[in-house]
Amino acid sequence: MMKGNVLEIRDLHVEFGPKDRAIQVLNGVSFDIPQGGAVGLVGESGSGKSVTSLATMRLIPSPPGRVTKGTITFNGTDLLALPLGKMPDIRGRDIAMIFQEPMSSLNPVMKIGDQIGEAIMLHENIDRRARRAKVIEMLKLVGIPNPEGRLDSYPHQFSGGMRQRVMIAMALLCRPKLLIADEPTTALDVTIQAQVLELMKDIRARLGTAILLISHDLGVVADLCDSVVVMYAGHVVEIGATEEIFDTPRHPYTRGLLASIPRLHGGEERLFQIPGSVPVPGTIKKGCPFYSRCGMRIDRCRTEMPPMFDFDGSQRAACWVTAAEAHAHVKEPAQ
Amino acid sequence: MSFAEQRPILTDEPDIPATPIAADTRLFDNIRHVIFGRISTIVASLAILLLILVALFADFIAPYDPLAQSILNVNKAPSWEHLLGTDGFGRDVLSRIIYGARNSLIFGLISPTLAALIGTTLGVVAGYFGGIVDRVVSRLIDLLLAFPELLLAIIIAAALGGGFWNIIAVLTIAYVPGFARVARAQTLAVKQEPYVEAAVAVGVRVPTIIRRHVVPNISAPIVVLMTLWVASAIRLEASLSFLGIGTQPPAPSWGNIIRDGLNNLFGTPWPIVGAGVAITCVVLAFNIIGDAIRDVLDPETA
Repeated sequence: MMKGNVLEIRDLHVEFGPKDRAIQVLNGVSFDIPQGGAVGLVGESGSGKSVTSLATMRLIPSPPGRVTKGTITFNGTDLLALPLGKMPDIRGRDIAMIFQEPMSSLNPVMKIGDQIGEAIMLHENIDRRARRAKVIEMLKLVGIPNPEGRLDSYPHQFSGGMRQRVMIAMALLCRPKLLIADEPTTALDVTIQAQVLELMKDIRARLGTAILLISHDLGVVADLCDSVVVMYAGHVVEIGATEEIFDTPRHPYTRGLLASIPRLHGGEERLFQIPGSVPVPGTIKKGCPFYSRCGMRIDRCRTEMPPMFDFDGSQRAACWVTAAEAHAHVKEPAQ
Repeated sequence: MSFAEQRPILTDEPDIPATPIAADTRLFDNIRHVIFGRISTIVASLAILLLILVALFADFIAPYDPLAQSILNVNKAPSWEHLLGTDGFGRDVLSRIIYGARNSLIFGLISPTLAALIGTTLGVVAGYFGGIVDRVVSRLIDLLLAFPELLLAIIIAAALGGGFWNIIAVLTIAYVPGFARVARAQTLAVKQEPYVEAAVAVGVRVPTIIRRHVVPNISAPIVVLMTLWVASAIRLEASLSFLGIGTQPPAPSWGNIIRDGLNNLFGTPWPIVGAGVAITCVVLAFNIIGDAIRDVLDPETA
């Protein structure tokens, strides 16, 4: 095990549906999150980003879903080996999660203060006054004006951006070592997005919380993350430091994603678009999952799934063509 | 390191005074507005208030002992001595109706409350856990719902016999499936809400999630159902007593006042008229109030 990783996911397989005709949703996802690091998980809808995060929290609804293979190691403990009854102790205290929809992620009939305080009440044994003080501190930290006066408000009295801040406050209250943010800015307007991102950066710098940011917005990822994991159809297709991936994308899918971002100084030609859409999970039995949409495909891609080739620096990608071009090789997996 | 010493992030107005924002009082304002906004609801609440007062102070209000028979005063028409006359045993009809109010109110309040408790528990458990629990509870509910409530009540009452707790049990069982079904459906909807998922994600355990995140969010339709079924329970108790399997004579109940009166219809119609009017008014009043509360709490189904 490498030193200093807060989370290591190895060869994670998840399938949904009845056992005899199960659909593979994750096919061997592996990546690490270093202590205090920020990793972006990107990919189109349906690529398996959210399932990866849910698997980490062991929140995959079962049935129909289940993890069939792989390990998720958090600070040295294999989460998948823990009895499910132990997970509530880890959720919220060690790993916290914020969700896409701040508008509906708060219980409408519970006061903000009580709702945030719930997390401390579960994980720390402190009295009401101390709890209240901690909640106020946290609300101050996430930039809610007049936090003392806001404790007894109900969620409907908050705007979307404020609710997302409340969610972040709730997630950070017990100082988790890892914060999983599942598209935290998608439902917010652009100025609020920027504020929430600033907030997350600040919190990371100040509390040393590692962040796993799930997003399909590459701009957001570039802004916040040190490294990027690109997922496609349940596979990790490219991993690397953020600058490497943005400067020299090695997988044709990553190239396509980057090419489809509108440029500020771009011309007026039509925006690039990857043809087709993400294959329905379970329809690809062999070969590269990106084969049908790839502009660089060769015959080998149809029959053989490329391994993760090591390129320069920390970058790794699963593509026969670009690996051959760059003379990249498969290194023995670092143990 | 304490957060308090640190600068707040992104707060443009650091000097906002810490004044508490007023608690939300709109719900009570709304209820008051709806109840006192229409003549019908005002009258209905007065009627219910009157019923409660009469039931509470029956001992002081009733002019005679409701059980005292008198062979000299059989089948009297209304007079100043007996405002609603006397029945075939010479008992004062008004006094019997006054004591009957107490009887009706007790059954009308206790059984819907018990049914709500039991039914909601069953429904929430079935809805939240699903699977085999859900299937067993749901089929049980379907089974009970297949019978009209009066028929169900008659069957159970016939099996159990009369008596205070038996009647409570009968009425409660008759109303449990309705509550269970509503609670289950609402729980299924609430369970999908992101705030439940968020609560799981911060490590809240299932019993707490149910108590704090599910039940409060399904309470509105349950409360509405409860108020509407107070009227229904009063009517059902009267029906059972009328059929002779509810409150047992000589104890006064509006149902068995009518039953006694029916046997003696050509002697005097006043027991039937009095108890009939009382049942009609009370049921109507509770229904009107129940509708009004539904308008406030559960506007979608109103």
